Amino acid sequence: MSVIDAATAANNDNEKNDDAGQPGAFPSGRGGSTRGGSTRGGSTVEKRRNLGVGSFILLAVGAFVFLFPFYYMFIGSLQTSPDTSVAGAFPNPANLTGENYANINGSINLLKGLVNSGIFTGGVILFTVVFGLLVGYALAQMHFRGKGFVFGMMLLVQMIPFQLLLIPLYVMIVRDYGLADSYIGMILPFAINSTAVFVFRQYFMQLPSTLFEAARIDGASELRILWQIAIPLVRPAIVTAVLLTFIGPWNEFLWPFLVTKDAAIQPLAVSLANYISNVAATASNPFGAILAGACVLAAPAIALFIFFQRQFISTNIGSSVKG
Amino acid sequence: MSLRSSDGGPEAGSPAAGSPAPGTVATGMPVGRTADQRLAPRKRKNFLGRQPLGLLFSAPYVIYVLAVLAYPLGYAVYISFHDFFFTAPRVKVDRPFVGLDNYITVLSDPAVQRSFANIGVFLVINVPLTVGLSLVLANALNRVTRLRTFFRVSYYVPYVTASVAVVGVWLFLFQQNGLVNALLGPLAPNLSWLTNSWLAMPTVALYVTWKQLGFFILLYLAALQNIPDELYESASVDGGNKWVQFWNITVPGVRSASVLVTLLATITGANLFTEPYLLTGGGGPDGASTSPVFLMYQKGILQGNPDVAAALGVVLVIGVLLIALIQKRLVGGKED
Repeated sequence: MSVIDAATAANNDNEKNDDAGQPGAFPSGRGGSTRGGSTRGGSTVEKRRNLGVGSFILLAVGAFVFLFPFYYMFIGSLQTSPDTSVAGAFPNPANLTGENYANINGSINLLKGLVNSGIFTGGVILFTVVFGLLVGYALAQMHFRGKGFVFGMMLLVQMIPFQLLLIPLYVMIVRDYGLADSYIGMILPFAINSTAVFVFRQYFMQLPSTLFEAARIDGASELRILWQIAIPLVRPAIVTAVLLTFIGPWNEFLWPFLVTKDAAIQPLAVSLANYISNVAATASNPFGAILAGACVLAAPAIALFIFFQRQFISTNIGSSVKG
Repeated sequence: MSLRSSDGGPEAGSPAAGSPAPGTVATGMPVGRTADQRLAPRKRKNFLGRQPLGLLFSAPYVIYVLAVLAYPLGYAVYISFHDFFFTAPRVKVDRPFVGLDNYITVLSDPAVQRSFANIGVFLVINVPLTVGLSLVLANALNRVTRLRTFFRVSYYVPYVTASVAVVGVWLFLFQQNGLVNALLGPLAPNLSWLTNSWLAMPTVALYVTWKQLGFFILLYLAALQNIPDELYESASVDGGNKWVQFWNITVPGVRSASVLVTLLATITGANLFTEPYLLTGGGGPDGASTSPVFLMYQKGILQGNPDVAAALGVVLVIGVLLIALIQKRLVGGKED
């Protein structure tokens, strides 16, 4: 922070000198260039760049703190024996192995776990996209009785705390309906993501309503309007909603943990957590195996996020600020 | 289909009826008015609205919300007031109304009191740290032009990664002879972070702050876009340095975002489960890092007392609402 302050102070001095036009001030290189260019605009640009140095250092330190655990996760997953010294943070060719991945795969079936996570997440995405598009379109471009009620409900639902639903949902889904150890039991509480519904509505709102009125006059059915006109125009919204919905179920631990006791149906997050809390103590290199499993669980989400990062970031902001 | 076609008739008719108007009236205004007058009775004609099919389109979502979210909400309150226990499916048993008994059981339980105190410790560390760090980093990110995308991505990566995965690394980093203690050398705590009853909860709070920060940075980044540059320019003309600008322009400028960030950080804290379950092996050492949701799992599902767990859930939600109201007053200032 002191760097930023110093830079700002120096700049302010220059600016004051410029304004007062005092000849006594010693013109530094920066001040000179400022005077050479346009007065105020130049100094603002200059200031931005100087502030940038301090901010840049701060951000770089931050980025290190945020990324280092991921680097360490990967390095740790490749170590034959866990090396927790400072030197262990650097790859050591004598201590590298792929064995941890084989070990964790021997305890929990990684592929099966990934497939289960995929079915769980895919199911949620499917329900969210199909029913979310329907209700989002209806809320944005159709006039019907009860529209205000549906819209209000969509906003309120996002405020329901999940911890309150935990027990009744468990009683209903696991005990009453007997949906324990089933994909539908896992999917049900997350089936339609209301934030995604909100995103769909916002995108459909941006389309001119005259477009839809014209289609209606031409005799197109609402379903055909939605399928042939509205959906092709909001493709980015679908990408957005899929990304937004993806991280929820993919990373969810508590609910699938409660619903699934059968290892054959557990998502990877649950089987890895069970490994951490139960099995790890008996393994020869527990951390290596845990970190290998962690890498497998983290990789799809991180890859997807980096690939679509532009859409991911902008939409998350938009939906949260508005919602 | 039949509903729609009956609808299409008057819709197609109205422009035709309005068409002679431009010829007779000079300005566009009266045309609009006559069209409106013609539209008004048409709207009333259809009780379900112009596109009643909208009801059908909304139906799956409405049914879903009512059945899977709204009904359990009421059911939770019902369970908390009754002597409720698990039964086999479709078995009818008597579940007598017990008034506030479950609430009394919950509130007089030392483990529950401990867990609420733990959440208090968690919030005191996590919320100010989250608000402060995310605002400072967002502010810095807003000024830098180089490597901006890289920074945004790196801050966001922990947020998109499963907690279960990242917990593994934290266990590795913070264990007795882990890298953190190796770096600290003689300064390392005697009982390591996650097994030390004084440090377990702060370590969990630190972990959650780190994990969620990227999301909050993006919230602030969006809020910062709404502060006009002219404010900073005029402040620098008046001789306000960077600190003065930060406190007098940036902080008040993002106040509504701060309210949202404190609220969301508090809700995240109240929802704490995965971290005490995995990082500290089930709320250890000695219950020093149990959370209310962890106790709900333990009491409700492991020990078979869903009624007590439901009461705990209700108490927790009421507590969060109260804290949120207080925070809104404190952070929101006099604006609202």
